[in-house]
Amino acid sequence: MLGVLGPNGAGKTTAVRVLTTLLPPDAGDASVIGLDVVAEAPALRAQIGLAGQYAAVDENLTGIENLVMVGRLYGKRRAEARRRADELLDRFSLSEAGGRIAKTYSGGMRRRLDLAAALVADPPVLFLDEPTTGLDPRSRLELWETIEALVAEGTTVLLTTQYLDEADRLADRIAVIDRGRVIADGTADELKERVGGLRVEVHLTDASRAADAAMALAPMSEEQPAVDDARVSVRVAREQGTIMEAARRLDQAGIDADDVAVRRPTLDDVFLTLTGRELADEEGEQSADEREEVAA
Amino acid sequence: MSRFVPDTLVMAERNLVRLPRSPDLLIGFTIQPVMFVLLFAFVFGGAISTPGFDYIDFLIPGIIVQNTAFGGFVTALGLAEDLTKGLIDRFRSLPTSRASVLAGRTLADVVTNSLSIVILVGTGLIIGFSFQTGILEILAGFALLLLFGYAFSWIFALIGMSVSSPEAANGIGFTIIFPITFISSAFVPVESMPAGLEKFAEINPITIVVDAMRALWLGVPAGNNVWGAVVWCLVLIAIFAPLAVRKYRRTAGR
Repeated sequence: MLGVLGPNGAGKTTAVRVLTTLLPPDAGDASVIGLDVVAEAPALRAQIGLAGQYAAVDENLTGIENLVMVGRLYGKRRAEARRRADELLDRFSLSEAGGRIAKTYSGGMRRRLDLAAALVADPPVLFLDEPTTGLDPRSRLELWETIEALVAEGTTVLLTTQYLDEADRLADRIAVIDRGRVIADGTADELKERVGGLRVEVHLTDASRAADAAMALAPMSEEQPAVDDARVSVRVAREQGTIMEAARRLDQAGIDADDVAVRRPTLDDVFLTLTGRELADEEGEQSADEREEVAA
Repeated sequence: MSRFVPDTLVMAERNLVRLPRSPDLLIGFTIQPVMFVLLFAFVFGGAISTPGFDYIDFLIPGIIVQNTAFGGFVTALGLAEDLTKGLIDRFRSLPTSRASVLAGRTLADVVTNSLSIVILVGTGLIIGFSFQTGILEILAGFALLLLFGYAFSWIFALIGMSVSSPEAANGIGFTIIFPITFISSAFVPVESMPAGLEKFAEINPITIVVDAMRALWLGVPAGNNVWGAVVWCLVLIAIFAPLAVRKYRRTAGR
């Protein structure tokens, strides 16, 4: 599974639209499982499944009718499409709801039906464009488990998301994109390593002792400790024994700490390091960027 | 292209299956046109002079044509809705024939138009309309209505693919198409209109089709109107079907 991570407007959906033949590329070319997205689009469409941001199901059809329709549009006969629909409904815990029109479904059920529709033809490659946006935490977890099961069965998945925890949990490899460009790619661990790996972080009881604490902790690393008010942190090579050592050094220097912890970098840190912007307040940043562009 | 026919049938079936589940649409096809017939026949009928005709006889072919023009409206609404809901993206990501989504829509309209036409003719017969011609002409009239409705379905398909929301489709339908159907011979003789409007009404395809219907059902001499009407319908399809399909191929979601 490849996770494509980026803020709103980074170009994730556009990339998916190009790869699923919905949008011809302005320039350059792209291929999926060796099929060109423009020249071999019809053949490619038979090999891919797409579940998008909008839970694209017909609300006036039942769950079964939705899946049978999609199956028949893939060229299956009615009976075969029906059999596949039953299989998928069963798998996605929608068997009971299968006869009800989709309008009556909850958000999570619709997403599951949408995902089921993407799987009707058992495609080797699946595109999931922000599949959990707008879902409640429980539905989100359920969908994650379903996606993990698919990957375990050998489906190749391209997942776009603006949630770091989602990419971290699901993706084998992550491509971070920003303003239409891949700015980093690798495993979650590799990306985290790029922003400085593990750090030990201490919160001092008395902020005025921060300089002393930095001096006390300095021998633990080749890098200089960073001081931010009452918080002092330093990069460390490994986790084992680190907390004990930091606590001992502070104790020897007679400095009290409220908290000593080893902190692993999050993908938030990755994004911040790579772009100088926080993922979370991207919305505000974006409009500022737009203004800059207009001014330029 | 070999998938065009089966895919189109799947899409048509989808549109027909969901119809009874949208009672508001169903009312639009059945009760609303009947209400218009009754309003025109009994509220305006006494005030409109139609020399040589009983107003009911004059009205029924006209109002059925007007109603049939709007039969395809559900196509515009449905496509606009499919676009906003992301269904068009789903269909476009499937290995379907590119024209089948729209062809299925317009084909479903033929079925609903048939229903509306039968209901309207029945209503007409109850309030005093009578056919003045033979069975062949009457059937030819039904066929012309369906062809005409099909042509308008493609116009609405293009509208549906071009607008941003179902509400916008509604707006265009009622501000552009509605007046065009009224500035015609559907409800009043065109000679009663001011000169400018009369000119427009005379070349309006609606007038041509309405006159052809009066020829086929009432036996009024129609000149070349029947064939003229058929040609008009075919020309509309030849223009709007490729435009709508082209729009479908290129349209992005939302």
